[in-house]
Amino acid sequence: MDWINSIVQGVLLGGLYALFAAGLSLIFGVMRLVNIAHGDFIVLAAYLGLTVATTVGLHPLVALVIVVPVMGLIGYVLQRGVLNHTLGDDILPPLLVTFGLSVILQNGLLEIYSADPQKMNAGALETASMNLGGNLNIGWLPLLMFAVSVATIAGLQWLFYRSALGRAFRATSDNQDIAQLMGLNKAHVFGLAMALSLAVVGIAGLFLGIRTSFDPSAGPGRLIFGFEAVIIGGLGNLWGTLAGGIILGISQNIGAQLNPGWQLLAGHLAFLLVLAFRPRGLFPRIDG
Amino acid sequence: MADPFLTVNDLTAYYGDFQALFGITLHVDAGEVVAVIGANGAGKSTLMRSITGLLSNGPDMVCWKGRNIGHLRADQIAQLGIAMVPEGRQLFPSLSVEENLIIGGQAGRKGPWNLEEIFKLFPILEERRKVPSTALSGGQQQMVAIGRALMSNPDILLFDEISLGLAPIIVKSIYEILPSIIGGGTSAIIVEQDIAKALSVSDRIYCLQEGRIALEGPAATVTREAISAAYFGI
Ligand SMILES: Nc1ncnc2c1ncn2[C@@H]1O[C@H](COP(=O)(O)OP(=O)(O)O)[C@@H](O)[C@H]1O
Ligand SMILES: [Mg+2]
Repeated sequence: MDWINSIVQGVLLGGLYALFAAGLSLIFGVMRLVNIAHGDFIVLAAYLGLTVATTVGLHPLVALVIVVPVMGLIGYVLQRGVLNHTLGDDILPPLLVTFGLSVILQNGLLEIYSADPQKMNAGALETASMNLGGNLNIGWLPLLMFAVSVATIAGLQWLFYRSALGRAFRATSDNQDIAQLMGLNKAHVFGLAMALSLAVVGIAGLFLGIRTSFDPSAGPGRLIFGFEAVIIGGLGNLWGTLAGGIILGISQNIGAQLNPGWQLLAGHLAFLLVLAFRPRGLFPRIDG
Repeated sequence: MADPFLTVNDLTAYYGDFQALFGITLHVDAGEVVAVIGANGAGKSTLMRSITGLLSNGPDMVCWKGRNIGHLRADQIAQLGIAMVPEGRQLFPSLSVEENLIIGGQAGRKGPWNLEEIFKLFPILEERRKVPSTALSGGQQQMVAIGRALMSNPDILLFDEISLGLAPIIVKSIYEILPSIIGGGTSAIIVEQDIAKALSVSDRIYCLQEGRIALEGPAATVTREAISAAYFGI
């Protein structure tokens, strides 16, 4: 029964990892940019949520309505003001600049919020759970977060493949020059992609801060989980990313079940196994 | 003389240190069809890329309806009614046939062309509207590329070697359709290596040679000898 429990909890945790990964995958897909500061933006969103929840007195989940648009706006401004100028034939400048951003964010958060771990309080919802027999309990909060994660992935999938904005994303990803000939302003399209990426990060950061405690140095670890989920699932496939997140979550929980110290190790091992046998991930996009 | 629609004034273009165009001057009037011919590497595509803003220029090097546009971005120029069918078709592989056409019209310029009209022009594309553009034959891809440019309801269309890599019978059918989509209100620049094809639909021609204009004149009166002299630089 403990095993079933760890698998179920792993699935729920995987939803969060998929959220970490989705924004990363999106901007890589649209502009071939690897955002090293992605994890630090997740932590920034958690702190934003904390500040909104404590100063305005909102329930952390309700703080979403403020955190998500603010993160989206940060994403757009960051892309137009900084990152667009780093994009070109050379892949090194965006890596260096986002690495620099990561350092700046970590130190900025440390300065403002100190190194003390923080956590958001979701009230009674945190302990509410339903019993599925035996000692198998599913918390309402993790279940809700999982449902939101799946809905977010579904929404992104719809946006990418069914909406005019998604069409612009795919066209720009295919061929930037020809996309501009269609009247698409590349700088604006990239800005919207980063806005969307950081809006998803807003949800992810808030959920992270409700689930676990966080501190200014928590970002790089979340970045690794995001990367691993993307690569396990296969680049460019959002549902694959969800599967990747779930596989990562389950592996971590099974590892922890075997030995509490093996949680992260088991996740990395699952990632390495996939990389060794399916270097393009489990569900790579069928490339034309 | 009617006010020129499009003028190119002493245009130069560079790829890094390499100079590809050396002071090109030409004009296209409203409704006029102009052919640009020249050997491989003469600079024809570079000229098209400069006009459409994919290569940046001095502001007054390209002038459109009395306004300097040489400094504008490609997407701004596209919104002004200048559309290109690029060399090698260059469809978006991630987009279906229909999506490739729709995105051509996404700037929302008003005019006679819409999805329905494109499907009337190329009925095969309606049958294949949902398939990925990569699944089409070369000729069908060229139809999509032409349709995609038309969807923006342009005032001038730039065709860069539309016959390249296509079977002669396909090229023939495409050139049969051209008069129905250009002329009238829509000007065109037709870049071709196939001189006879270009002459058959054009009012005037320019011949490019190593980044310079070697010959220009009305399509009806330029002689084969003059063209081959300009074309081959002999
Ligand atoms: N991206 C590029 N980088 C460097 N040189 C280029 C590039 N594109 C074209 N050229 C050079 O510019 C010249 C003109 O090329 P192009 O305009 O493509 O000729 P055409 O279309 O007439 O065949 C050629 O010498 C070509 O090698
Ligand atoms: Mg060419």
